[in-house]
Amino acid sequence: MTTNFNSQALKPLSLNVTSVSSRLTWADRIGALKMRIGVGRNNYRVKPGLYKVGNPDSQSDVLVSANYKLSFDVLRSNLDSLNVWILVVDTKGVNVWCSAAKGNFSTDSVVKSLKETSLEHRVQHRRIILPQLSASGVAAHKVKEQTGFNALFGPVEARDIKPYIEAGYKATPAMRKVTFPMKERAKLIPVDFLYEKYKLLILIGLFFFLSGLDRTGFLFGKMMDSHLFPLITILGGYIAGIVITPLFLPWIPFRAFALKGAFWGLSITLVINRLFKVPILDGVSMGLIGISIASFMAMNFTGSSTYTSLSGVRKEMKWAVPFQIAFIVVGTILFILSKLA
Amino acid sequence: MKTMHYLKQVATLKLDPDLCTGCGMCTKACPHAVFEIKQGKARITDLDDCMECGACSNNCRTGAITVKTGTGCAVAIINGFLRGTEPSCDCGGESQKNCC
Ligand code: SF4
Ligand code: SF4
Repeated sequence: MTTNFNSQALKPLSLNVTSVSSRLTWADRIGALKMRIGVGRNNYRVKPGLYKVGNPDSQSDVLVSANYKLSFDVLRSNLDSLNVWILVVDTKGVNVWCSAAKGNFSTDSVVKSLKETSLEHRVQHRRIILPQLSASGVAAHKVKEQTGFNALFGPVEARDIKPYIEAGYKATPAMRKVTFPMKERAKLIPVDFLYEKYKLLILIGLFFFLSGLDRTGFLFGKMMDSHLFPLITILGGYIAGIVITPLFLPWIPFRAFALKGAFWGLSITLVINRLFKVPILDGVSMGLIGISIASFMAMNFTGSSTYTSLSGVRKEMKWAVPFQIAFIVVGTILFILSKLA
Repeated sequence: MKTMHYLKQVATLKLDPDLCTGCGMCTKACPHAVFEIKQGKARITDLDDCMECGACSNNCRTGAITVKTGTGCAVAIINGFLRGTEPSCDCGGESQKNCC
């Protein structure tokens, strides 16, 4: 297959199926990179419908995909020499797991695309392979009832599809498990880092200003001289929460994300205090703020992680959010007092 | 890699062995290997591994599994709280957050 892949040109027809390559072009890779660093459009879609990779025939396997371009690209780039059909379901441009959780990758949407593409006329067998992570939205037995197609859950990762098919549609226990290795966690950081940028900027602006407070009023010179310590602590807390905590996620003894973040926030503020050799009141006030920011940002990473439950996050938030608010408020008051002293 | 575990004993997952036929679908659907089949019945190996995604209950045709599903995302809970709704995230939509 040498067909050049171009997302604009991808228009699957119900009779004329579009071919796509299992090789990614530079445009695909750059698009993916932009998504990772958060500059691309978030809904980066593939038109729903039936695609072919290689030269599939009426016996070839049918792989089901979300219509989020990154999901689709990861899938097709893992197919090398396979001749298969890809059925792209309209998941509103959202990835498999999230769209399944939200109900867009569902029994209904799979049934709908099976009907729309008249797949039963194109293949003789009655078997489709779904990504395992669509299982929270798609009920295999209902797809079977409504269409006659046996919906099999393939492996979690697209790279295991070949071995899965070769093993006679059997996944090893490892293929069924979601992992969350450092590399995957690192990929999520840029987007998460920018997520709370406005709150970060507001805090930075506020403490820049507060640095100039004095018993005599407001001193511009004092602000210019002393803003560095609070601003670095704020930034340090932010980084502790959304860069260091995710990277070292499994290696901190606590299970609650808010505590993991607080641990790194405390560590980093201690280092910053050391470097700046500030008076104790300044150190404590900014320390509380740094810890609170780190804890909050780490807690926000629960949504990006692959193993936190709603009940669990609710439980930790119940105690963590009051603490975070108290730390910020007390820290700010102490900071102002340290300026007026 | 080390397995990551979340908070202890909070997941709402429940299995009714009387309704279970041992078909094994839950072991195929669950991304955290929470189930195993022992003597023709499903069994929960470690409740703390469950992230309440609902893949198992959605694919159990006898209704042997119940779980209160949702996404373990603090941002979604905050959004829901501020808007007075159930946890709701905008991920994959306008916002740039990685969660769902
Ligand atoms: S899917 Fe339901 S019936 Fe089948 S093994 Fe699991 S619990 Fe039992
Ligand atoms: S809810 Fe999800 S994580 Fe929990 S047991 Fe079911 S499939 Fe596994």
